[in-house]
Amino acid sequence: MKKNTYLMKGNEAIAEGAIRAGCKAFFGYPITPQTEIAAYMSNKMRESGGVYLQAESEISAINMVLGAAATGTRVMTSSSSPGISLKTETISYIAASDLPCVIVDVQRAGPGLGGIQPSQADYFQVVKALGHGDFYCLVYAPSGVGEAVEIIHKAFDKANQYRMPVIVLADGILGQMMEPVCFDDEVKQDKLVEKNWATSGHQEKRPPNIVNSLILNVNSLEQKIVDRFKKYEEIKLNEIMVEEYLIDDAEIVIIAYGSTARIAKTAVDSMRADGEKIGVLRPISLWPFPDNKIEEISKKVKNILVVEMSMGQMILDVKAVVQGRCPVDFCGRTGGNVPTPTEIIDKVSSIKKED
Amino acid sequence: MEGKTLFAGFGGQGILFAGKVLSYIGLIDDNNVSWLPSYGPEMRGGTANCSVCISKKPIGSPIVLEPENLIAMNIPSFKKFEESVCVGGNIILDSSLIKESKTRVDISYYDVPATYLAKKNNLEKLGNIIMLGKFLKVIGYKDKETVAKGIEKSVSKKRKDLIEKNIEAFEIGYNN
Repeated sequence: MKKNTYLMKGNEAIAEGAIRAGCKAFFGYPITPQTEIAAYMSNKMRESGGVYLQAESEISAINMVLGAAATGTRVMTSSSSPGISLKTETISYIAASDLPCVIVDVQRAGPGLGGIQPSQADYFQVVKALGHGDFYCLVYAPSGVGEAVEIIHKAFDKANQYRMPVIVLADGILGQMMEPVCFDDEVKQDKLVEKNWATSGHQEKRPPNIVNSLILNVNSLEQKIVDRFKKYEEIKLNEIMVEEYLIDDAEIVIIAYGSTARIAKTAVDSMRADGEKIGVLRPISLWPFPDNKIEEISKKVKNILVVEMSMGQMILDVKAVVQGRCPVDFCGRTGGNVPTPTEIIDKVSSIKKED
Repeated sequence: MEGKTLFAGFGGQGILFAGKVLSYIGLIDDNNVSWLPSYGPEMRGGTANCSVCISKKPIGSPIVLEPENLIAMNIPSFKKFEESVCVGGNIILDSSLIKESKTRVDISYYDVPATYLAKKNNLEKLGNIIMLGKFLKVIGYKDKETVAKGIEKSVSKKRKDLIEKNIEAFEIGYNN
């Protein structure tokens, strides 16, 4: 065992990773299956010289995030599906104010209060509509505890680089699962970029900075949004992340993200042992979505199979890229049920029969 | 050491802790490991279980649906998971709590009266580690130093006093 390796739950590792990435403020409200993030923060944030506060509601917590972000502080909140729904109004305000923050969503089954078991049924919400208005958030979906730690660090860096909310999208499996993670004794923190926009007190040495999302002049608002979309184009060019697993010679490619991608890999290993040419493409960034990679694959393979813990949400983005070049099938479970490797293998067999 | 193991029993029996100790043993031996608990209200008094995967290769699905080894500590878990054990697999069962008849001939059963042994040796609530001891014996694991390290790493920093009792419980199970 390597030195400084620990077994940690995904939730705890995300919290520790955030502190090590320079997070100095955490505002949250408990909800299963993400509560360990808040619990860990309540223990460790003070030691690291930061602020931990359990708000009276999710709405209150995200508004505190807006306030802290405006001062240039590295700030985070976390919740699970119904709690994220409550936060969306202010996430839109944060995006409109060009403020950096990190939001962790450990998805559970919906709609409504739904259930507490793992789910990926919030893809639409998180990727397309985390609030009203024309805006996007960067969305990362790690599939293991070690990767979640790297991603949370990246999330803070990208939030600050682009001045926007970054979402780390997990699910109950990833939040509750323990895997080995390696943390050095010493915390290495990046040199933080100077934030000349922050409302951190002007001391009469510079004009005051103002954070605001209200722009009543239509032309000014349009210009602001158009400028923001130029930034989004830059992100699309630079921030797409995917993992390719045995796809070079694959005739069938499974597209899955997060925990589901791991289950798909187990199914693929088993099918490969039987001589099947099959692989997995795992989007790590869900926005920006790996359009080019999927387009390239759709020109080479016989079939694409999308596997999700939902009734099928990411599949719409896949189909939009594939544009009928090859059949796109779906295999999924919802309501807190998790697809099994056997279900995926059976689906692949039925696809092959149809061919 | 490599394999897929399912620990199952009541909440409060230390099912998740026993799984954690096994995971640390796997980790100390330089394996990839994953530990996935059932979570939510079922942990508080209902049935609890946890999946432990130990492998030299990266771990795909962390959910153990067809365990090579089942460690069962109550009747509902035994009934629920007996069928799912792989052919040639093992069930280690707490025979002081499970008196059910065994229905399969293609797997091996090991009876350990763990709850009784724990009580008798003044190690109440450590039936879980007695079971783990027996399990490690069954799979032929020999490195007791690593087991002690695994226990040490799993016990909360505030309860270092429990390490010795856990090692004692492990020995009882191992030599049963």
